[in-house]
Amino acid sequence: MQATHPSSAPGGRPRLAATSRRLGERAIIGTLALAAGISVLVTVGIVIALLVPSIEFFAEISPAEFFGTATWAPLFEPPAFGVIPLIVGTLSTTLWACLICLPLGLGTAIYLSEYARPRVRQTVKPILEVLAGIPTVVLGYFALTVLTPTLRTLGWEVEIFNAFSAGVIIGVLLLPTVASLSEDAMTAVPRSLREGSFGLGANRFQVSTRVVVPAAISGIIASFVLAVSRAIGETTIVLLAAGQLARTSFWPGDSVMTMTAFIAGTGSGDVPTGSIEYKTIFAVGLTLFVITLILNIISIRLVRRFREVYE
Amino acid sequence: MDPTPSTAADSTAMESSRDRTPLGALGVAERTQADATPVEERDVVFDCQQVGVRYSGTRALRDVDLKIHSNAVTALIGPSGCGKSTFLRCLNRMNDLIPGAAVDGQIFYHGEELYQPQVDAIEVRKRIGMVFQKPNPFPKSIYDNIAFGPRVLGMKKDLDERIEQTLRRAALWDEVKDRLKEGALGLSGGQQQRLCIARALAVEPDVILMDEPCSALDPISTSAIEDLMLSLTNDYTVVIVTHNMQQAARVADMTAFFSVDQGETGTRCGVLIEVDRTERIFTNPAHERTEAYVTGRFG
Ligand SMILES: Nc1ncnc2c1ncn2[C@@H]1O[C@H](COP(=O)(O)OP(=O)(O)O)[C@@H](O)[C@H]1O
Ligand SMILES: [Mg+2]
Repeated sequence: MQATHPSSAPGGRPRLAATSRRLGERAIIGTLALAAGISVLVTVGIVIALLVPSIEFFAEISPAEFFGTATWAPLFEPPAFGVIPLIVGTLSTTLWACLICLPLGLGTAIYLSEYARPRVRQTVKPILEVLAGIPTVVLGYFALTVLTPTLRTLGWEVEIFNAFSAGVIIGVLLLPTVASLSEDAMTAVPRSLREGSFGLGANRFQVSTRVVVPAAISGIIASFVLAVSRAIGETTIVLLAAGQLARTSFWPGDSVMTMTAFIAGTGSGDVPTGSIEYKTIFAVGLTLFVITLILNIISIRLVRRFREVYE
Repeated sequence: MDPTPSTAADSTAMESSRDRTPLGALGVAERTQADATPVEERDVVFDCQQVGVRYSGTRALRDVDLKIHSNAVTALIGPSGCGKSTFLRCLNRMNDLIPGAAVDGQIFYHGEELYQPQVDAIEVRKRIGMVFQKPNPFPKSIYDNIAFGPRVLGMKKDLDERIEQTLRRAALWDEVKDRLKEGALGLSGGQQQRLCIARALAVEPDVILMDEPCSALDPISTSAIEDLMLSLTNDYTVVIVTHNMQQAARVADMTAFFSVDQGETGTRCGVLIEVDRTERIFTNPAHERTEAYVTGRFG
């Protein structure tokens, strides 16, 4: 190290070498790098913890059976390890959740950012935040004890546990997330763009849909992706309201078992470490992880492709 | 429909007879002007009577009486904060978009009061276009920027042709004709501002309002836009806010000088001091405050 004399050299001219301020900056950069490093390490650790038992699983059960057959009965005799019913169950609840939370969330965001008066916005936003804060176990019981009986009263013969009720309530859970993140993205669109389009005789709907939403699209898609990932990963609500019956059915009134419901349901039971049942949990977990990862990669591509950068 | 906008070079065609549907109840007079008609004798496009604006109850502007004539450039000058932008935004009901802004007085646009209840602000803005201080192209392609207005107004016929003519009119065609599908934000500041002017022209307005359109630009771009403004008066009425007095002197037929009145309680409120032909405002103003401002003695 050099330059203990920060301000001037013998000649009286300022020196260009690093000063103590620069050293402080380095310490900060170091801390930040450490933080980033820890999160990378944790992620790598999780992946390894998933991978090792999964590899052992696939040594016993061929991937062809796992991904290619449609009977899921790992705890029965003889066991069957076809994961398709679980994937279908997950897709089914996720589909209903998305049909609720994506359009309603975006609609809410457009309303809040482009139409609502400040007073209305200040009332609606806290209510949404309360909705986001309801414990999922409460929502799960709500789906099971209120929504499903209501559907039956209305004359729709759904099963007691069904994909539809669980999915809808997951959608309700995620609606505030989509609304809030999309609204943030839309509020960040400069006022000048709105004025420019109003100045051309556009109406509010045209300004919202043709200028503001396109300019905010990367934030909106990010909120959608987060919602889809969380719908796929949601556990408590599906465990309580969608059931534990692994079958390949997209019919909304049917009971289904999702990947998460299997993991949570089996993991909380009496499964000996190292047994094939135990490894099954990790194999399903890895599948879930890969699906979410692919989804994220696709969406990052989408965002890059459609982004309208303002400034 | 409208005659096709003439190119900048072909500026002898003075008249432009427009067949416009009325905003609400009243019809809009047809415009036929001879080049020689003195500005004050041309049709009155805006007749403003006792116009004032309050923002959330605080008065920012009061008692503006001003006539704006057709096929001329009218400049609004005055110190910063005197309500020039505020006034300009009254003319196309842009202040409607600001929560808490309230306009009083009356503005007759071709004889029709702009703030009467049955007038639709969107209809107003179709006819009275606006160009802003900072260029604000949409984050879309050059083509889509110009096409935006025609598309939202349902003027979808011959869109390509309309876009070419508009860009030629704004003296931008040669610079962008090979990159119409590229992003508008890749243009220079001056090109962006001309694009914004072209965007406003694409919907065939009657009036163009410009709020300090050159304040963010270099002298060469400024000069290009000034030339453009002058050529626009063949077909349009132009109202421009500028803090640059040389610019007003160069482009404006009429100049309105605004200033700030200090109330006894320390409240500041914008007022119109006088409006006259530009050369009189700069050489022989009627009012002392104008003289002090244009000669640079403004305190
Ligand atoms: N959106 C607004 N809300 C509240 N006050 C405003 C708003 N816009 C302008 N004003 C006030 O109105 C006065 C005139 O502003 P402005 O019209 O922008 O002046 P100029 O364009 O002449 O510089 C200023 O005192 C300004 O603070
Ligand atoms: Mg201003």
